[in-house]
Amino acid sequence: MVERLMEGKRGLIMGLANDKSIAWGIAKALADAGAELAFSYQGEALKKRVAPLAESLGSSFVHECDVGSDASIDALFEALQAEWGHLDFIVHAIAFSDKSELRGRYVDTSRENFRISMDVSVYSFTAVARRAGAMMSDGGSMLTLTYYGSEKVMPHYNVQGLAKAALEASVRYMAEDFGKDGIRVNAISAGPIKTLAASGIGDFRYILKWNEYNSPLRRNVTTADVGKSALYLLSDMGSGVTGECLHVDAGYHVVGMKAVDAPDIEK
Amino acid sequence: MSDVADRVRKIVVEHLGVEEDKVTENASFIDDLGADSLDTVELVMAFEEEFGIEIPDDAAETIQTFGDAVKFIEGAQ
Repeated sequence: MVERLMEGKRGLIMGLANDKSIAWGIAKALADAGAELAFSYQGEALKKRVAPLAESLGSSFVHECDVGSDASIDALFEALQAEWGHLDFIVHAIAFSDKSELRGRYVDTSRENFRISMDVSVYSFTAVARRAGAMMSDGGSMLTLTYYGSEKVMPHYNVQGLAKAALEASVRYMAEDFGKDGIRVNAISAGPIKTLAASGIGDFRYILKWNEYNSPLRRNVTTADVGKSALYLLSDMGSGVTGECLHVDAGYHVVGMKAVDAPDIEK
Repeated sequence: MSDVADRVRKIVVEHLGVEEDKVTENASFIDDLGADSLDTVELVMAFEEEFGIEIPDDAAETIQTFGDAVKFIEGAQ
C-alpha cells in the first residue's frame, strides 16, 4: 500500500543539501511512495549537489530559489505553475543563522543575525506557503522542520530556538488560514541528526550522544525515520491532522532528567 | 604510503571526482582539487565517519591539504 500512497501527487522539496539532509530522507520516502518531486536550491554549490540527487529520484525540475527574495520565490512558483499548474504538497527544510552565534550565549545575538535568522528560518515558510497554497486547488499538505530547542533551552541553539518557536506558531496560524481550503500545515520536530547544517552547531557530537543515551528509544533518529513520519503527514494517512508539531525524536521530548543507566559523557 | 593515506585519498577522489595522482601531499582541497566550502565540511564529515574520530571545528579549519588531513587523522587515532 505504501508504494502507491503518493501516486499522482506532486510536490516541492526546498532545502535539500546532500544525501545526509533530512530533506533527502523525506524526498526518498515520498518518491518510494510514488510522488513526483520538484526541488529548489540556493546557489551553485548546492545546485551541483541537488541536481544528481533529484535525477536519481526521476525528477528533472530543479530550480534556484533564494527565500530571502520575494522575486526569487515568485520566479520559482511561476516555473512550477508552467511545469505542473498544480501542487499537492511542499516540504520546507530551510533555516539560517550566523554560525558564530550558534555557540556561546543567546543574549549576545546581534540585531542583524536576529533579523536574518527570523527572515530565512520563519518568514520563508510563510512566503512560500502563500504561493503554494494558491496552487493547491484540490487541498494539500505543507510541512516544515523544527527542533525541540524551540520549547526548551538547548546548548548553543540560541537564536535558532526563538526562530523555531516562531516557525511553530506560524504553523498554527497557517493551519487556520488554509484549513478551509482543505490544506493542512504541520511541522516535524526531529531529534538531532548529523547533517551539513548541524555541523554549524557547537558541541553537536555531545548533543547526539546525550540524546542517544537519554531518549526513551535509546537511540538517535535517522533521516529515514523522519521521512516515514513526513510521508504520514503529507499523504492521506494524515488527513485529519493540521496545526500539529509531531516529535520524531525517539521520544526525547518526554524526558525529565538524565536516564539512570546513561553513562557519563565527556565533552 | 600509509593505510590512512590510502583511505583518505579514496574519500577525496570519490567526493571531489579528481584523478588519484592529483591528490598529493601538498594538494590543497580548495586551490588544487576544486573543492568548495561545502565540500570541505563534507570531507571532514566523511573522514570522521570513516575513521570513527571527532574533528572539532577549530581543527577542521586547519585541514587545508591532503597531507594536513592524513597528519591529523594519524594523530587522532
